[in-house]
Amino acid sequence: MADQTAIRPSVDPHGADPHGADPDTPTAGGTIETPPGAEPFTFTPEHRELRAAVRRFCADTSDEATVRRLMESTPAFDPQTWSRLGRELGVLGLGVPEDLGGSGGGLVDAAIVAEEFGAALFCGPVIGTVALAIPALAAAGDSAARTETLTPLLAGDRTAAFAVRERAGRFDPGSVTVRASGSGGDHLTGIVTQVVDAGVADDLLVAASVPGGVALYVVDATATGVERTALATLDQTRPQATIRFREAPGRLLAGPDDTPRVVQRALDSGAVLLAAEQVGGAQHLLDVSVTYAKERLQFGRPIGSFQAVKHRLADMLVEVEHARSAAYYAAWAVQDGIDDPTLAASIAQATCSPAFTGAAAGAVQVHGGIGFTWEHPAHLYFKRAFTDAVLLGSAEEHRDAIATAVLADAPIEHEVMVAAG
Amino acid sequence: MTAVAGHSDVTRVGDAAHEIARTHDPRDVTDYIGACFDAGLSWVHFPEGLGGLGVSRGLQAVADSILQAAGAPDARIRNLIGYGMAAPTVCEHAQTDELKHAWLRPLATGEEVWCQLFSEPGAGSDLAGLATSAVRDGDDWVVNGQKVWTTLAHRARWALLLARTDPDAPKHKGLTYFVVDMHAPGVSTRPLRQMTGHAEFNEVYLDGVRIPDRHRLGAVGAGWRVAMTTLMNERTSIGASGSRRGEGTIADAVALWAQRPDRHSPVLRDRLAQLWLRSEVQRLTAERAHATATAEGPGPEGSIGKLVGAELNQQIYEFCMDLLGPEGTLYGDYTMREIGPESVNSGESIQQSFLRSRANTIEGGTSEVLRNVLGERMLGLPGDVRTDSGPWREVPRG
Repeated sequence: MADQTAIRPSVDPHGADPHGADPDTPTAGGTIETPPGAEPFTFTPEHRELRAAVRRFCADTSDEATVRRLMESTPAFDPQTWSRLGRELGVLGLGVPEDLGGSGGGLVDAAIVAEEFGAALFCGPVIGTVALAIPALAAAGDSAARTETLTPLLAGDRTAAFAVRERAGRFDPGSVTVRASGSGGDHLTGIVTQVVDAGVADDLLVAASVPGGVALYVVDATATGVERTALATLDQTRPQATIRFREAPGRLLAGPDDTPRVVQRALDSGAVLLAAEQVGGAQHLLDVSVTYAKERLQFGRPIGSFQAVKHRLADMLVEVEHARSAAYYAAWAVQDGIDDPTLAASIAQATCSPAFTGAAAGAVQVHGGIGFTWEHPAHLYFKRAFTDAVLLGSAEEHRDAIATAVLADAPIEHEVMVAAG
Repeated sequence: MTAVAGHSDVTRVGDAAHEIARTHDPRDVTDYIGACFDAGLSWVHFPEGLGGLGVSRGLQAVADSILQAAGAPDARIRNLIGYGMAAPTVCEHAQTDELKHAWLRPLATGEEVWCQLFSEPGAGSDLAGLATSAVRDGDDWVVNGQKVWTTLAHRARWALLLARTDPDAPKHKGLTYFVVDMHAPGVSTRPLRQMTGHAEFNEVYLDGVRIPDRHRLGAVGAGWRVAMTTLMNERTSIGASGSRRGEGTIADAVALWAQRPDRHSPVLRDRLAQLWLRSEVQRLTAERAHATATAEGPGPEGSIGKLVGAELNQQIYEFCMDLLGPEGTLYGDYTMREIGPESVNSGESIQQSFLRSRANTIEGGTSEVLRNVLGERMLGLPGDVRTDSGPWREVPRG
């Protein structure tokens, strides 16, 4: 039975940064510019408690048999379990301020939850609802539409999908395929393909062209003029649907001035939480592969005693540790603004995608024949890994963005010597 | 340590450093560093009278920052192996306080440089398989053998030596640790020229060299355990990292990219992006290791730095060579000359750095051995089948 106590991070009642350093604890260097608590990688006892509680919850609600049952069901998750995440554990609102009905805390807390979900291959609208829609709504300006959409999402009573195209995890107005029309400018028409978690979502966040740019709307998925086609997906635990809007009624969440910021905030948060999920999946695959390499005997020895296997697992360890560093650095960067959040998110995505796909390929290989069977769970993670790798930008797209950001202004003062013969 | 005691230690270290800064002239290098030793600021965690104050190692930074601000000369660069490896080993294992003091003070000032006689032509990764012998003769030991990859041997007055004293014991059990006078009869040193054309290292021949038994460190047969003191400190000094984004080797590649716009291509750009990314994430991992080591003890993230850094260095300079194209096939000067460790990292040219980087995956633990360490120590995978657990004399060598 899962811990019935709601998981609450250590929230400062005055609304200050919940991870603020103990004022009695001296900080290294004594710098004044850095906001308190903004030192990356300073995990607290509360972080560890949160992780332990979510891990227990996943052990109870996301064992392999449950994952296999849910991934062939419609919806591909258990709404009652999802509701417990909101109402009992309070983990759907981590990183959302309490005055918006959230649980406080920060993106680091949400990343810890996403990592545990990834390790357990937890079935639910994590990407659509937690990683994208909730951060977008939290970033949007105050409105009735925002409050009325956000509150039931945080409670786990409703779910959402994010029908906004991006490019390399960046807001891309050029790729918007929906336009707003009608006298109030709030009837949406257009097609958005391959939207994760959209098939059974209750609310759809949609970017639509308006005079003067792009605006963000929320559309009730059951409204007239919304037609959804569920798609068969490589990763059955992560469904997608194509949505066709025909004069569907939308409620405005952000106008053309505000939408780029709101969408980018959602994409940055989403990239971080996706990266954390990738870390969880990759660590799980490393763990089960190491266990198997210790137990599986061939040629009279555990296969993990052979360097060909041992070194592959050592390389997986390196990639997983790098992925964890990149994901949590980005979580702190987005949470506390200690670095350019979009660059940090790109660094995380460019690192975590190949770490997870590499771990998945390695896990199948180390397990040998059994790793290729339907019966063994390796393929479930393998499919998740290759799906995650293209969500919110591929590693190649993120590297391209990183190159644009960091190679343009190379330090001229650093002259390198080239021998001229 | 209580907060009060910690605070008084900080004050003590700070006061001692300020006193040196106030009363000594940094231009008189030997006098200045000698005063630091006498004040216990060379290794603050060492005992009083031996260059320390018996306080927490972390307080070294307090002394260093005050002294640096006062323009103090860099003592460590003059005797890297002495400071990093010899000093902790001597301090812990030398037989008397008189010997410790006699060795440590001139080590600290740089008047006596130290080197390390560990690796041999027949014992590289398998250090415990070494063959240099030490045979007891009265109050002395007589040493015969050949050592290799010895940094600074030509400048050194003293050396740390690991030698075999019992060839019939299993290999780790038959070793004993000594301090050798590099000026003693029978010690000869030859520069070892490497592929860059330079000689950074030496070969050292030990031909009937006599070592007094009081220069033995630790018990007879306990050499491997003593060597761990030395090697643990080597790891600590190599593993330390605190650079900022874009610093380190990757800065060479990024600067060269800016200098050669005519050679840009999308393929090279993505390779550089990959290298930049890996450098950055390695930096973040070192930062995470530092943040979590203090809280939870060292984790696996601290052990991967050397492996990643070595391979990354090679990849970065391979990229630079590909970026240069035909220009990269030119070279500066292959004239043989001996260089010290202080100039190794200031490569004369990209081409020389490229050649030097091949050593990175060999020195300080080969990448193959490091992957075994990660697999066996971090992941708990079983060791390989051993064929060398019997008496050392019977282990195949070659």
